[in-house]
Parts: sequence; C-alpha cells; structure tokens
Amino acid sequence: MLRIEYVYWLCGALMFAAGYADFAARRPAPGAFWTILALCFFGGDAVEAAAKAGNLLPAQVVGVAVIALAILAASGLTRRPADDSGAAQRKASAERLRNRLFLPALAIPLGTLVLVLLIPYLQSGAFALFDARQPTIVAFALACVVAAGAAMALTRATPAAALRESARLLDALSWAALLPMLLATLGAVFAATGVGEAVAHIVSAASPTGSRDACIVAYALGMAVFTIIMGNAFAAFPVMTAGIGLPLLIGQHHAHAAVVGALGMLCGYCGTLLTPMAANFNIVPVALLELRDPNAVIRAQVPTALVLFVVNVILLDWLAFR
Amino acid sequence: MNYWPLLGIAIVVAGFAWRLNPALVVVAAGVASGLLAGLGIPELLALLGRAFVSNRVLLVLILPLATIGLLERAGLRERAHAWIAGLRQFTFARLLIAYLGPRQILSSFGLNTIAGHAQTVRPLLAPMAEAAAEKIDPDLDDAERERVKALAAATDNVGLFFGEDIFIAFGGVLLIQAFFNQHGIELDPRSIAVWALPTAFAAFVIHAIRIALFQRRLVRNAATKAAHAQD
Repeated sequence: MLRIEYVYWLCGALMFAAGYADFAARRPAPGAFWTILALCFFGGDAVEAAAKAGNLLPAQVVGVAVIALAILAASGLTRRPADDSGAAQRKASAERLRNRLFLPALAIPLGTLVLVLLIPYLQSGAFALFDARQPTIVAFALACVVAAGAAMALTRATPAAALRESARLLDALSWAALLPMLLATLGAVFAATGVGEAVAHIVSAASPTGSRDACIVAYALGMAVFTIIMGNAFAAFPVMTAGIGLPLLIGQHHAHAAVVGALGMLCGYCGTLLTPMAANFNIVPVALLELRDPNAVIRAQVPTALVLFVVNVILLDWLAFR
Repeated sequence: MNYWPLLGIAIVVAGFAWRLNPALVVVAAGVASGLLAGLGIPELLALLGRAFVSNRVLLVLILPLATIGLLERAGLRERAHAWIAGLRQFTFARLLIAYLGPRQILSSFGLNTIAGHAQTVRPLLAPMAEAAAEKIDPDLDDAERERVKALAAATDNVGLFFGEDIFIAFGGVLLIQAFFNQHGIELDPRSIAVWALPTAFAAFVIHAIRIALFQRRLVRNAATKAAHAQD
C-alpha cells in the first residue's frame, strides 16, 4: 500500500534536490537549509518510532535542527524572486501548446478528486491502497506525480529539468514554506507548557457574568482574538469554550451547545483570515504569488472577515437561545 | 498556575510587530515558553523535534511545484491570460465568484485538498484574474495587479474556510463534538455541522459582493485613466 511516509520521502527528495542546486550555485545558506529539512523528512519516521519506544535522542537532534533552520532562515536566506527570463520563448510555446498546457495543471485537482472518490473501492479488509491515516494526502501526492509526468511529456522536459523547476520555486518560497510547520510546533509547545490553561484562567476571571449579550460578545471576540494570536481556531476553541462558552453561555444562560460550538469556531475562522500566524493561508500565498506586501492577502480579507464576524455574532445571539 | 509561559505569546506579537524574520520569532517563542515552564533543555529539544516531525503533512504543498514550474516555463500563465482575454462574457467578477462557489461546495464534501494556493491559485486562478482585470483596464499598474492576485488568494481561503465546517467528518466538527463530550454534553456531528450553513451562505454573499465592488472600482479607474488620456 501507499504509506503516507512515501509522500514525506518524496517531499524530502525535492528538498534535497533544491539543496543540491543551491550548493552547486554557491549559495551555502539555502543549500544547508534545504538539506537539513530534507533529512528531517527522510528521518521523521524513524524519529517518531524511536520516541514512541522511549529513545528521545533522535527527536532531540531534530530539535537542534529546528533551531538551526530558524537561524539559517533569519541570517542567510533571502527570498529570491524566481527569474523571469525567456518571455518571448514562453509566449511562443504558449501559442504552440495552447489549451493542452492546462491539462497537467488541471490533473492535480481533478486527479485528486477522482482518487479521493475511489478511496472506498481501493480497500478490502485490512488492505487499503491509500494509507488509512491520510488517504486524501496520498491521493493528492499521487495526482501531483501523475501531473508532473504529464507536464514532462507535454513540454518534452527531462526529470532533471523538473527537479530544477521545483528547486527554483522552492528557493522563491524559501522560509515561508517552513513557517506552517514551525507554527504547528509552537502550538504543541504552548499546549505542553500550559499556555492555553493560563489564558483560559485569565479569560474566565476577566469576563462578564451578568448580561447575556456581553457574554456572547466576549466569547466571539475571545475566539477571534485568540485565533489571531495562535493562528489556529482549533487551538483557541477549547480554551475559550472552557473559559466562557461552557460556564457562562451554556451553564448560566442555557445556550444551545451545538450552536455555540459551530458559531464559536466560525468566529475563530474570521480571526484566521486576519493573522500572519496562519502562515499556510496568509503568508505562503504571498510568497507563491511573489507579492511585495507581506500582508497583501490579509488586507484583501479584512472586510470579508469583519462583516462575517458581525454576522456570526448576530447568528449566535439569535440561534443559540431559541 | 504558572503564567510565565505566556511570555511566548508576547514574543510572537512583538516579533511580528517589529517585522523580524517570522521563522526565528516563532522558534524563539517556543524555546522561551518551554524554558519558562521549567522544561530542561533535553526535554525542550525533544518536544520541539517530535512536534516538528509529526507536522510534516503541512509541507506537502510543495509537491505541485515541479509541474507548475515546467508549465510556467512552457507559457502556462501566458496561455491562461490569452484564454481569458478571448472570452468576452467571462468577466473578472464572474471568474472569481465561479471559483468561490464550487470551492465552498467541494470543501463541504471534505474535498479540500483538490484546490489551494500552490495547486490552483498560482498556476490558474491568479493569472486568469490578472487577465480578466486587464480586459477592464489595459494599463493595470503594479499596485492594482498585486491587489488582484491577493484577492484571488483570499477567495480561495474564504471558499475553503466556510465550506469545510459543514463537512461532518471534518476535524473542526469532530473537535467540537469531542470537547463537549468530555464535558458531558452528547452531540451528533450533523447537529453541529448544520449550524455552519447560515455562515457559509453569508460568507459567499459577502465575498461575492466584495468581488463585484472590486470590479466596479477597476471599471471606474479605467474610465478615469481614459478621460485623462484624452485631455
């Protein structure tokens, strides 16, 4: 079967190729950055297994690597814009290949869609073709491999050229690619060090108890603001719901729990639209689209997020107390 | 209760406010929070390392890059541009709204990996949006071009966020259910997901109106520029 680890190894191989290209072009800092990250991806499986068996040394080595990656990101890595040469050549090629150029690009979403719909038919008993832990990610990776093959066939490119292109775009992404993983790691550290409980303590001590509307606004604002800080509504939800939602809205004012849960989470999502801490949604696209303003995507989302937040508060007030 | 680890949050806020490198800020906040909670260096390193490798899934977004790079070198963006320019009835607003709706619906069926910033926005949606905006205003300046691309990325985010919460097997819905279950309130995932529907609808309407307003501003700017050119 196709294990999720194979997907990670494939990512590792792409990072390794990017590191190799950087070293070959005498750019040691990004070269070291991608090589270290590639090793974390190749060894991740073994690190998790060893940690489960009680041997923490490999995990500690990765911990050192994480700090090294952050220092490399801050010192030697500048986001290199992907070069824009060959405009005339691209134009000629676009006129020759026409709409066939869309096929490999569409193969990624459509291939993923087809494979995800096939998942139930690709398993029998204990055997599942796609790793049962992350079947949609495996489907996505397989679609990417198929699309890369189609793109190579269409443009008559060699696998080496494909790796070169991937390396070029990885260098354009640079540390922005790593940020989602670092933020998730920070979330785990915050959880392990009791940051969430400390915040819940402060929040429940500081929140109003009297008026129903004040409780609703406190809960909704708390979800949005804590999501802005953590970058993730899932991290804010247990903290704010334990601090305000359960004792005040549900306990004291008899709100409907399912409504409080659903709309509380959605208030958090409005916060996600507003924060650089939600790196994979708000910072990675800035790097991918090569925008100059690091907050360009957030700026484009502010009006939608604010209006929707108000709508959520009104819905919460209306639906939770029917 | 030990409140010192909260300084980690302060480091994050200050670091982003001072525009330090975000990767360094985030790791520094984690280290500070761990040390202030009384963790020893070996435990802290192991915690960082385990959390890091267990979140590898967040980097699979790099997988489409080889395909995108090859296609872009072969003129994908130029072709997307030419294709949109040739379709008269496909305006800027229609393009983005036609992306937003299906993105929401597909996410609400749990199909959220099929689109995204690497897979669909950079190679397809952003160049098409740019081309559609150029149909309105042929002299689009860099700042406007940047706003067009950012709005394309924002449209993908809005579509994803306010669709996935309707899917009953989505992590967020299950998290809500598990949380209430722990506190003695039994809920069916369907009864949670159904309350995300009004917001999903509102998100579509609000964002679609904003897209339409953005288009109107483009039209107005183009008219002003044309008037100036005539003077």
